[in-house]
Amino acid sequence: MASRDDIKFLSNPNIGNNMKKYCRFKKFGIKYIDYKDTDFLLQFINDQGKILPRRLSGNSLKYQRKMATAIKRSRHLAMLPYVTDLLK
Amino acid sequence: MVQYETTFIVDPVLSDGEINSTADNYISHLKKEGCEIVHINEMGLRQLAYPIKKRNSGVYYNVEFQAPTGSLIDKLELAFRRDERIMRFLTVRLDKYATQYNQDKRDGKIGGYKRKVAAERKAKAEEEAQNKAKRGNDKPKGKPKPKPKPPVAEAKPVAEAKPAEAPVETKSDNAEKNDA
Repeated sequence: MASRDDIKFLSNPNIGNNMKKYCRFKKFGIKYIDYKDTDFLLQFINDQGKILPRRLSGNSLKYQRKMATAIKRSRHLAMLPYVTDLLK
Repeated sequence: MVQYETTFIVDPVLSDGEINSTADNYISHLKKEGCEIVHINEMGLRQLAYPIKKRNSGVYYNVEFQAPTGSLIDKLELAFRRDERIMRFLTVRLDKYATQYNQDKRDGKIGGYKRKVAAERKAKAEEEAQNKAKRGNDKPKGKPKPKPKPPVAEAKPVAEAKPAEAPVETKSDNAEKNDA
């Protein structure tokens, strides 16, 4: 008999189960966002170098603001670009 | 005493001595003003994300200090602005979480997991490389080259034989089905 592993789906079967987004700063107790840690900040910008909205990143308002200032500081210091293409 | 952190980028075209002397100049300036230097991080030559003053790289310095008054920050920044050797600067006041974060980072508490994983991976890779080298040394001695050849010679006839037989069987099956 064909087990569930053998069945191939045309679309992703996990689409229906809505995974709740969460604020990782609140969840893991991160209190300070370092503007020098560019690898971490890269998670919150798209490949044009734009800051992702809260709707996508799931951050709470408090930490979205802190994250945005950290990104802006690191842009000022030329650690992150203001405008690009194909950043990732 | 309030904790501050200033990061500045020095022109990389200067000689090493000049770069060091500019950085030392500002650090001694801070000390004169009565600051307590907590930590100096020489981040070294880094690639800039976009050109500044037609330069594509810069030497980064990050100085953490405790200042008795905020007024000396203005003096420091004025000196930075007047200095042509400084490409960019940023001074930030650190809150208690930020000072804690910087302290933890210096102690290696933050990002420790990643470092551990990286170290483990390196060790594994080295071990494997050593083992491979050992095996590589053993193989040619234990098994001389002629041995691998015969299996290849045997395998070919079998592969040729199978397809020849298979079609006959399928044909006969089809024929039976058609009859039925």
